[in-house]
Amino acid sequence: MGTCLCDAFYDDVARATVEVLEHLGVEVIFPENQTCCGQPAFNSGDWNASRKVARHTAGVFAGELPVIVPSGSCAAMNFHGNPLQFEECPDASVDSLAKRTWEVCDFIVNGLGIREWKGSFDKPTRLAFHRSCHSRGTNSGEAIIGLLSSIGRAEVIPFGQSEQCCGFGGTFSVTFPHISGRMGSLKLDHILESQPDILVSGDMSCLMHITGLARVQGRPLEHKHAIQILRDTLA
Amino acid sequence: MIDHQLIDTYAREISDEKQTSVITGSAASTEKRYSILHQDYEDPNALRKLAGAIKDHTLHHLDRYLEQAESSLKRNGVQVHFADSGDEAKETVLKILQEREITRLTKSKSMASEEIHLNPYLTENGIECLESDLGEFIIQLDDDVPSHIVRPIIHKNRREIARTFQREGIAADYNDDPETITRRARVFLREKYMQAQAVITGGNFISAESGRIVLVTNEGNSRFGMAPSRVHIALVGIEKIVPTDRDLGVFLNLLGRSATGQQLTVYTEFISGPKDDSQPSGPEEMHVVLMNNGRSDVLESNCREILRCIRCSACQNVCPVYRQASGHAYRATYGGPVGAVLSPLLFGDQFPDLADLPKASSLCGACNEVCPVDIPIPDLLLRLRNKAKQEHIPQPGDVPMSPFATLATSPSLWRTAMTMSKAMNHLPIEVAPVKPLQEWLGQRTLPEWHGGDFRKWLKDRKK
Repeated sequence: MGTCLCDAFYDDVARATVEVLEHLGVEVIFPENQTCCGQPAFNSGDWNASRKVARHTAGVFAGELPVIVPSGSCAAMNFHGNPLQFEECPDASVDSLAKRTWEVCDFIVNGLGIREWKGSFDKPTRLAFHRSCHSRGTNSGEAIIGLLSSIGRAEVIPFGQSEQCCGFGGTFSVTFPHISGRMGSLKLDHILESQPDILVSGDMSCLMHITGLARVQGRPLEHKHAIQILRDTLA
Repeated sequence: MIDHQLIDTYAREISDEKQTSVITGSAASTEKRYSILHQDYEDPNALRKLAGAIKDHTLHHLDRYLEQAESSLKRNGVQVHFADSGDEAKETVLKILQEREITRLTKSKSMASEEIHLNPYLTENGIECLESDLGEFIIQLDDDVPSHIVRPIIHKNRREIARTFQREGIAADYNDDPETITRRARVFLREKYMQAQAVITGGNFISAESGRIVLVTNEGNSRFGMAPSRVHIALVGIEKIVPTDRDLGVFLNLLGRSATGQQLTVYTEFISGPKDDSQPSGPEEMHVVLMNNGRSDVLESNCREILRCIRCSACQNVCPVYRQASGHAYRATYGGPVGAVLSPLLFGDQFPDLADLPKASSLCGACNEVCPVDIPIPDLLLRLRNKAKQEHIPQPGDVPMSPFATLATSPSLWRTAMTMSKAMNHLPIEVAPVKPLQEWLGQRTLPEWHGGDFRKWLKDRKK
């Protein structure tokens, strides 16, 4: 599942996902009719709209194959948000999608059993890892940190108040522009204080928000999705 | 200007001084909570799951445990009153006081009393009711309202407090040294304790098994209040019952750590009834007012998990929105994540008025992660957003979602939109199609549009 953000902006993240999975011997199928997981409507409370999108997605990914997503947020929509919005009107296909959905790094570590990444940077590289909020309570954060830490010459560095949200939250950043901007700037302060070479996350939405603010504030920051790091450091 | 959510507007207008106090105070508490839990427990997560399960069980059988608590309390010599509404609770308290011709009392901190505005009510009825918790005392002097569950004056700094003390004659001169402030409050309050005829407290827990009322404080003010008083009235929400004394071990270990980063609060009182003949001092009469005030409606709703709350404030402390906006932004007794769920529900008639509160969250889930009773707050916020939508309560900045749903269920339309929107890369911000997007782009830039590129790459490599 490619996610709408990769469809619109981050094609290279989707490419990296395919390349890494194929490198690990996984055959990747990309159903052409996929669109979005429906989270914008779900978060706004319009569950009639979001259930429609969820049913569409569940239909597109019908079957028994695992569904791999390069986003903790879209993955959580499938396995956490959907069960919540279908509580009163259960749907077998949506339920099946929930059970088969994996965030990509969780899949690599806990699905394929790969705990160490056989790859290396050319030079010592400091990585700041932003754990996206929707991967709270899942295995993704630990999986990503484990993989990143095992890369040659990589150092995953801590930064302050790492539990805090970057302030994106989809439509939240539109209806709460002041609070969202302040949250993002604080996040950026903490990250930059740790002087990373690259800011890494498992969600492009957070990275889009943080670096979008960074550019306007004249504090640009190199950033990558964890899956891009895995691909780029492949031996 | 587009309409922003009220809480965002509030945060924009808040003074730098107030905001700094809130951010610094709440971030420090989050830090302390984290380090003490992880220092003391190998897996704090297991403990909070257990606490959540105990509360859940209690709420499922609340009728039974309330009956048991009532008979245990009576066995201990405590008089039990049930109050269905806030008004009934206030009237019950007033009646107890008037029948005993009580005109002066002290009160320790109680969110239940804040919820029903007990203090102004008693004052109107000619009863002097002095707040004895230092923070609440300062709130009372300033005619302010608490902005935090545990630290009611988190939004104030010591300079403001020193000015208040000088203005109100608590101190002869201005001195903003925290120790001096506390000493001066102590001198003033001790005199008042001795004059009080009754004491009102809240109650953190009541054990149904033993009828023990548990009170936690850091200042010992409820003990002080109780010693010289003839009458003790505890105003307690019906959800504060726990089944057994043994359960208190779980909750007390979590409460202090989650609230203030303490293993236990400085004072933990277990009150098993009025004083007996062997005790030199203490209230001769004890009353417990068990207050419903909307809780049974919450119990029947799909947000009943919020009644597990033990008022520790960990969710307020960690919440980035609360930190930016302060508790006052939520326009109700309970602010922050717990308030965003509880306030619109508890003040049921007001749901339309407070239906915007559940929107005040990026759904980051930090509140659930720190919650000592594992309340799935983000899920509850989402359910309330859906409730507002179903009840057609309009909200500022709402984007209609049905066009999105149509687009996202029409794959070929979706693919075309992805490719066509590439034109966006060449447009200046000023012509962005919607105002919110324009504003969004004022603070942030969007990455370059690559719509359809991945799909094209996939196709090309298969050839």
